[in-house]
Amino acid sequence: MSKYKMHILVCAGTGCSSSESNLVCEILIDEVERKGLGGDVQIIRTGCFGFCEKGPIVKVLPDNTFYTNVKPADAKEIVDEHIIKGRKVYRLLYTDPESGEHLPDSKHMGFYQKQIRVALRNCGTIDPENIDEAIARDAYQALGKVITEMGPDVAINEIKSSGLRGRGGAGFPTGLKWEIARKNDADQKYVVCNADEGDPGAFMDRSILEGDPHSIIEAMAICGYCIGASKGLVYIRAEYPLAVKRLKIAIAQAHEYGLLGDNIFGTDFSFDISLKYGAGAFVCGEETALIHSMEGKRGEPTNKPPFPAQSGYLGKPTNVNNVETFANIPVIILKGAEWFSSIGTEKSKGTKVFALAGKINNVGLIEIPMGITLREIIYEIGGGIKNGKKFKAVQTGGPSGGCLTEKHLDIPIDYESLTASGSMMGSGGMIVLDEDDCMVSVAKFYLEFIVDESCGKCAPCRIGNKRMHETLKRITDGKGTQEDLDKLKNLSYVIKDTSLCGLGQTSPNPVLSTMEHFMDEYNEHVIDKKCRAGQCSNLLYYVISEEECIGCMACLRACPTHAISGEKKEAHVINQEICIKCGACMEKCKFDAITLRSDYPRVSVPIV
Amino acid sequence: MSQNIKVNPEVYSFMEKKTGTDNVEVKVNLSKEKVDKINEICNMFDNEPRELINVLHEAQHEFGYLPAEVQDVIAHNLHISVAQVYGVVTFYSYFSMIPKGEHPISICTGTACYVRGAEKVLEEFKKELNIKVGETTSDGKFSINCLRCVGACGLSPVVLVGERVFGRVSPDGVKAILDEYRK
Repeated sequence: MSKYKMHILVCAGTGCSSSESNLVCEILIDEVERKGLGGDVQIIRTGCFGFCEKGPIVKVLPDNTFYTNVKPADAKEIVDEHIIKGRKVYRLLYTDPESGEHLPDSKHMGFYQKQIRVALRNCGTIDPENIDEAIARDAYQALGKVITEMGPDVAINEIKSSGLRGRGGAGFPTGLKWEIARKNDADQKYVVCNADEGDPGAFMDRSILEGDPHSIIEAMAICGYCIGASKGLVYIRAEYPLAVKRLKIAIAQAHEYGLLGDNIFGTDFSFDISLKYGAGAFVCGEETALIHSMEGKRGEPTNKPPFPAQSGYLGKPTNVNNVETFANIPVIILKGAEWFSSIGTEKSKGTKVFALAGKINNVGLIEIPMGITLREIIYEIGGGIKNGKKFKAVQTGGPSGGCLTEKHLDIPIDYESLTASGSMMGSGGMIVLDEDDCMVSVAKFYLEFIVDESCGKCAPCRIGNKRMHETLKRITDGKGTQEDLDKLKNLSYVIKDTSLCGLGQTSPNPVLSTMEHFMDEYNEHVIDKKCRAGQCSNLLYYVISEEECIGCMACLRACPTHAISGEKKEAHVINQEICIKCGACMEKCKFDAITLRSDYPRVSVPIV
Repeated sequence: MSQNIKVNPEVYSFMEKKTGTDNVEVKVNLSKEKVDKINEICNMFDNEPRELINVLHEAQHEFGYLPAEVQDVIAHNLHISVAQVYGVVTFYSYFSMIPKGEHPISICTGTACYVRGAEKVLEEFKKELNIKVGETTSDGKFSINCLRCVGACGLSPVVLVGERVFGRVSPDGVKAILDEYRK
């Protein structure tokens, strides 16, 4: 990289590509060529910078200038001003929301200050389609070290003592998993990378695959060497075309360099990787379902034991790890278990990547050391709640997880404390909700997802979740009863206790967790027929404002059910018992006196 | 899928006969070119039953959807039952048995898009096109389906028309998007 004086990094992750970053990149290349700077300035398409909110992102090295919201029309100015004249284009710099100052480089941005990038170390730094750049950043060194120096047992011990736990959600110790797979004798074993990221609102794995595919290939080869497998399979969603493309390129390049294939590093170790496509089924994130899907069958889970480490793909011992877990492996081998375990808390070591989304200012991909608090994530990295609204909850762990509320803002983020507060680490989706979100609707949303995605094999999940969803729909429609609430709770426990796989066993979590923290909202929906967030349309009321109404009687005449009463030139009133919410009155009113509200003035009638 | 429909012998002869089951009748209404194409795809994967999902991906890529006839031929080639193929096709949301519109519209209903109002955008599309999710308009121009997270959560709510991504879509903006493709 050293022969160039300057580098322009353009984000080519999915988020930025969706807002024309490829065009920005092409114009930059053209412009640099036209000015005869091709030999001095290199333009690189990189993986995700993480700061998706303000994409497309363009970063200029060596001075770390961080341009946000770059449009194709801005590309010429960056070359003319910054590259040629050395003057930064101020209007494109990131503006600190508090001070209103333009920040000249990414090091001073609150978004990056608390982050430690381990799994994402190369995302936004290298061109993922160029193996030389990955190698310049130490790719495949760890593989060489394991094969030629360490040997399988020492390497597995290193992973074990690093304390790395599965990043897919459950948090099983990775080293231990490898050790079990190593101990099972078989003529053929398999290494599987689980890249079926089904959690809606999470995009960690895809960003790693798009930004740094070589780290995954290297880690799979290391795993293969350690457990004695010569074949690796990546189970990847077909909905991730860019990740598939880059992974294919990376595999071909690794073959070309002799880093995959026969006799790697001149030893007798051979390893090859092929791709298996998912086809849109959330349940395939579960190990046994994933294996069945790879075998060309319906992705239905089976009982454990036997565990995949004993009998997995085609009946052979199989080690399944998640993308992010693999991304940590090469670093642990190179920098040592001690370095890795110095980050994080006592039982949760290292870092975790989260996809921060929802009602937050800085939507994006973040990697934080375990143990920092939710408050730091939301207010320092995330830049606070959008439009200055009030924070309500964070949903973690997707459809299997739960909510964290204001009182959890100061708990440390690690496997144990998240579980203790009724949520879970999950794969890393973190959805921020504000005061305008109705928690009953959120629970209904997740249940709807589960009903769609339940594989149908066992009755509690297939039928139970359907009934739960119907009940929640009744409640948000304003037809719920107190009995419904009790039923919801009971059914939740039955589904948890009797379902076959992890999907069913965790599916009632969003309901249980919202009921625990937001029971008053459930009660309001059921008893007062009110939705304080104003999200449930059946629980909105047409109300006539006493101040605005002039008593013209236009609405009264328009009402098909005669729900409106009032004398001429006096404020009218809508009888909510009779109103069918057709909206005819609101249309007729010329004085904007009629509005839709989440509540109406309730008159208390004295009991005689 | 019926098993006892009379076979068009002309078409059937293009297919390899499975040993021992020569008397099984298969309903095929595909042209020779299409059957050849499916055979080619199945051969790419060595007619290996465990490659079924990869075969289906290729076939859907080729034909746009997976009608019963195509499934018949695939089952025949991979030496598995039609029921097994049908079971897999209907299990995974990515596979479709009805043709998609010329401009397939996918609305992201992942959590991030949901909390930023994807539901209202979806309603607007349904209203504008007068079709339900999973359906195609009668002129074959548009179809609607939902998907869970395209990973562009910074742009939520997100709508895809074909491969093109529209970010921060509001219900008011739906008509403008459709008009662009209606021309």
